[in-house]
Amino acid sequence: MFANIARVLAQSSKKSLPLVRSKHSLPDLPYDFNALEPVISAEIMQVHHQKHHATYVNNLNVAEEKLFEAKQRGSVSDQIALTSALKFNGGGHINHSIFWTILCKDGTSEPEGELAEAIKRDFGSYQRMVDLLVATSTGIQGSGWGWLGYNKQLNRLDIVACANQDPLQATTGLHPLFGIDVWEHAYYLQYKNARPDYVKSIFKIANWRKVEELFGKARHD
Amino acid sequence: GHLNHSIFWHNLSPYGGGEPSGALAELIKRDFGSFENFNTYMATTTVAIQGSGWGWLGYNKTTKSLNIAACGNQDPLEPTTGLVPLLGIDVWEHAYYIQYKNVRADYVKNIWNIVNWKDVSQRF
Repeated sequence: MFANIARVLAQSSKKSLPLVRSKHSLPDLPYDFNALEPVISAEIMQVHHQKHHATYVNNLNVAEEKLFEAKQRGSVSDQIALTSALKFNGGGHINHSIFWTILCKDGTSEPEGELAEAIKRDFGSYQRMVDLLVATSTGIQGSGWGWLGYNKQLNRLDIVACANQDPLQATTGLHPLFGIDVWEHAYYLQYKNARPDYVKSIFKIANWRKVEELFGKARHD
Repeated sequence: GHLNHSIFWHNLSPYGGGEPSGALAELIKRDFGSFENFNTYMATTTVAIQGSGWGWLGYNKTTKSLNIAACGNQDPLEPTTGLVPLLGIDVWEHAYYIQYKNVRADYVKNIWNIVNWKDVSQRF
């Protein structure tokens, strides 16, 4: 890896190549591992963050490095072969980076302001939105995420399921607002197969202030 | 899910492990080079599954050869690929998480110690 950077640096004076290829890093949790108890155990938070998310970050960096090399070699085939790893690990990094921020100790009051109005307009009520997101997330076959997202073109909230680590915005165009990880690793140590209990409980630790911020950015940026 | 797990419980045994013998062993040698190669290839394929799924050793009736295949979620091998299921490894996280947590590779490595080759040979 360092030989590559040295080569890039040496060449940069002759060609307009990027000087440094920055690597992704694991973001810190905004709270301690035990902050989300009793809804999500400290053990789950530790493994989920330090093992699962960290692995997505590492593998994303590896995939991007290989992609850069494939591009340098001019191999379209090799670049295409890497798209699956990019989507999976890149999606995993994006999804989990959002996830840690939309949860918080003891949760917050229900959504307020613009977001609350939009929820009422698009779902009828907060409770109906929750019921729909719970049903969608619980019903995912296999691994995936349930999302409350914002359709900027239609100025409308929507609820969709994404499989595996497929990132919401890249695959559907919706801006991610509130996501629920329903991969078994997100709940199994504590809830075992009782995914519905986990999904229903997660609203007790929802950080609606952050979600309101994400909504504001999606609407007005 | 029902098909897959019904096979799985019989693919495993407390007296399992070791290597297959007879016609199955010969075909593994012919199609993969050696039992070790087969083992490595099936393990690698299975561990690499993105999300939930199953790694399979299957029999291709058309070409009369052995194939390794990965299926997503609970997609059943034969209806999905035409391969006859011989040996499956469940890599949904529920199959190993409480014991192995995120280390799927260790679970897949250890499962060979309980593979019931008699059952696999019978299916073959």
